[in-house]
Amino acid sequence: MKTLKNPSRRTFIKSSAAVGGGLVIGVALPDMFRGLQAAGKESAMNAWIRISSDNTVTILCARSEMGQGVVMALPTLVAEELEVDLNRIKVEFAPPGEVYINAMLGGQITGGSTSVRDGWDKLRTAGAQARVMLVQAAADKWGVDPSQLKASNGMVTGPGGKKASYGQLAEAASKLTPPKEVALKDPSKFRYIGKPLNRLDTADKVTGKTEFGIDVKLPGMLYAALAQCPVIGGTVVSFDASKAKSMPGVKHVVQITDGVAVVADSWWRAKTARDTISIQWDEGANKTLSSAGISAGLAEAMSKPGASIKAQGNVDEGMRSAAKTVKATYEMPFLSHSPLEPMNFTADVRKDSALLIGSIQFQQMALGMAAAITGLKPEQITIKTTFLGGGFGRRIDLDYMAQAVEISKSIGKPVKLVWTREDDMTHDFYRPASLTEMSAGLDAGGRPTTLSFKMSSPSVTVRLFPQIVKDGVDPLQTEAILVPYDIPNQAVSTVIHDTGLRVGYLRSVSHALNVFANESFIDELAAAAGKDPYEYRMALLDKQPRYSNVLKLAAEKAGWGKPLPAGRARGIGLMEGYDTYMAQVAEVSVKDGQIKVHRVVVAVDLGRMVNPNIVRQQIESNVVFGLTALLYGDITLKDGRVQQTNFNHYKLLRMPEMPKVDMHIVQSTEKPGGIGEPGMALLSPVVANAVYALTGKRLRKMPFSLA
Amino acid sequence: MASLTINGKTREVNADPSTPLLWVIRDSLGMTGTKFGCGAQLCGACTVHLDGKPVRSCGTPLSAAAGKKITTIEAIGATPTGKKVQQAWAALDVPQCGYCQSGQIMSATALLEAKPNPSDADIDAAMAGNICRCGTYTRVRAAIHKAAGTKGA
Repeated sequence: MKTLKNPSRRTFIKSSAAVGGGLVIGVALPDMFRGLQAAGKESAMNAWIRISSDNTVTILCARSEMGQGVVMALPTLVAEELEVDLNRIKVEFAPPGEVYINAMLGGQITGGSTSVRDGWDKLRTAGAQARVMLVQAAADKWGVDPSQLKASNGMVTGPGGKKASYGQLAEAASKLTPPKEVALKDPSKFRYIGKPLNRLDTADKVTGKTEFGIDVKLPGMLYAALAQCPVIGGTVVSFDASKAKSMPGVKHVVQITDGVAVVADSWWRAKTARDTISIQWDEGANKTLSSAGISAGLAEAMSKPGASIKAQGNVDEGMRSAAKTVKATYEMPFLSHSPLEPMNFTADVRKDSALLIGSIQFQQMALGMAAAITGLKPEQITIKTTFLGGGFGRRIDLDYMAQAVEISKSIGKPVKLVWTREDDMTHDFYRPASLTEMSAGLDAGGRPTTLSFKMSSPSVTVRLFPQIVKDGVDPLQTEAILVPYDIPNQAVSTVIHDTGLRVGYLRSVSHALNVFANESFIDELAAAAGKDPYEYRMALLDKQPRYSNVLKLAAEKAGWGKPLPAGRARGIGLMEGYDTYMAQVAEVSVKDGQIKVHRVVVAVDLGRMVNPNIVRQQIESNVVFGLTALLYGDITLKDGRVQQTNFNHYKLLRMPEMPKVDMHIVQSTEKPGGIGEPGMALLSPVVANAVYALTGKRLRKMPFSLA
Repeated sequence: MASLTINGKTREVNADPSTPLLWVIRDSLGMTGTKFGCGAQLCGACTVHLDGKPVRSCGTPLSAAAGKKITTIEAIGATPTGKKVQQAWAALDVPQCGYCQSGQIMSATALLEAKPNPSDADIDAAMAGNICRCGTYTRVRAAIHKAAGTKGA
């Protein structure tokens, strides 16, 4: 997701969730939080840090861990300034709270590759504030000036061999007024930040101990399976559950907003009984949706006037006077998130309280949803976030949580709802399909003078955060829509077109749509000009040093221009996303019409890094995600039904298809960029460009097919 | 009631004989390290060992597991090979979200039991049934090689 910097855009949370209120930036400490902790042996230094008398340091992580490493990276920022041993801290996921709002997104959301960017100053400041308070507590105790004291490894030491552990000082320190201004370390003094450390969550993940949402168990908990309409949005007209009710272990059959749930003493019994229910559905407005109809609709939408994203120079004149013109159309399909942990959620709704536990990506909205459904006050509701078995944007939506809350409310008992893979794949919020028409005019030397870009695509933001869609422009549909290239005449526009199928944010969001079109098209222009695609791009990047640096680095490391074995070719491309600059070179071959990607070279400048090990993980991850999309990703519809139901029809990349990934990271002192999402957007153009170099065939429609 | 031998212990479970072993392990026995991913033997997240051989527990009925030795991620570290695999996984920081990793480790351990020095082609063949949506394949491969290199040492 794009970052939402305009303050007015932050206000969406107020109407999106039943709770919310004002935005809190920084580490202002709510009294409530300290009050809650004062009773125990632990002392809350601020909203991020608790220290117990036994020296256990607990750091709260206010972002959801879905593989991207926040559970390591964010506590690293706190620990660096707090001066504690990172390997001895405890990490807990934070409850919903204003102090935990992501200032870049305006809500307590994990997304948009914002976690480090949002936390970079805030979390270091929180660590430094607590350290200063601990040192002050020691100074007060010993009657010395704090400047004579030193904090390191969870200890404060002073003149004459004076020594006190953080645990001994915490209670007194927590009663001090937090300092308003604290000095942060010079980066040259960093002990943890910038080092390729292994993750704190790895040990439990290799022994099966990590608790994901699906692993939650509450006392007296029952299990639920839910029958939902095969056409998303359809509703129950009537149903016959007589057989299900007679099956072993079945305790309840309840109708909720989204369908009919069976609740049993085990999930398998609930699921087996669910499959026997006969339901008459009102399939609703979407019952005739088909892929062909959707494609036609996107094409038709192109005739509407678009919302202008950029209008520079004179495109009509530029095209008229061009020595050569080029046109191309690019198509992207719907995609499913398909995290490996299917949607599931656990809720325990009582008369005067509710407990919600599971894989949550948007805590505040979950709280608002629960308050709305249960009628309880937010303070009566407890939200606990587990580890997420992948997210990729799917768990920003709350449908599965609301279903569990409704079921629990209905039966008055704790319940865990688990979707099957088929439920998950056919009831996703899909990555928007898109159609992009591009045209360009080149001068006699082949240099582009004119570029026109027009896209039609559904908007996720219209559904989730309509307040930030202004004058037909969705800021999360137009990411990376502007090329970095020096082209005098440009017209860029978008048409928001609702196809009927519900859509959601998926990793890299609209970067993937726009980078595919832009970086494929610039390659087409290079070919039309008879130029090398790398040289052609470089000549247009005079004013863009961060782009040209990574492009040059990727080309060098890939051996651009050097001979390859017969039957192989390279393709190149670049992007910016989430304040991160990246270039890639893919090396491919084609055998029996099948594309094989042998090697991907990635050059990246993401500014300062918290943990290069996690950065490398995320780049590897994005390569796989991107390759999966371009080779296989395709959600199609017939009679309103999503036709792909499991991993046999919706394939994901597997071990034998994994290319070699060479990563080259620019050492940079720029402000940190995001790394969870860029990357994947580039795979499609660089592979398409390589296939063109090899075969002369342009791949303009994903997933790619050479048939 | 059915009797199961799991991780060296005998456990009585009250479940229908057709119940997939996965749900017996997770819900009846409360061992949640083995994961549900697809329910159709397509993703490998539910991989356990039956008499040392990797099987997809989502497609193995309880009745087929009776009388056999079941090993899950909770106990694989008690075997020398399983322990080396877990150590290699930790050293190379393989997991991201971690959800598929129990299955990956169970498949990798079975591979190394059968082939102590696997080639890349062996790894491809043995691990092709385990999907990782986060894309940890490069590190999975490296960790298998690392574990193999230390095997017997």
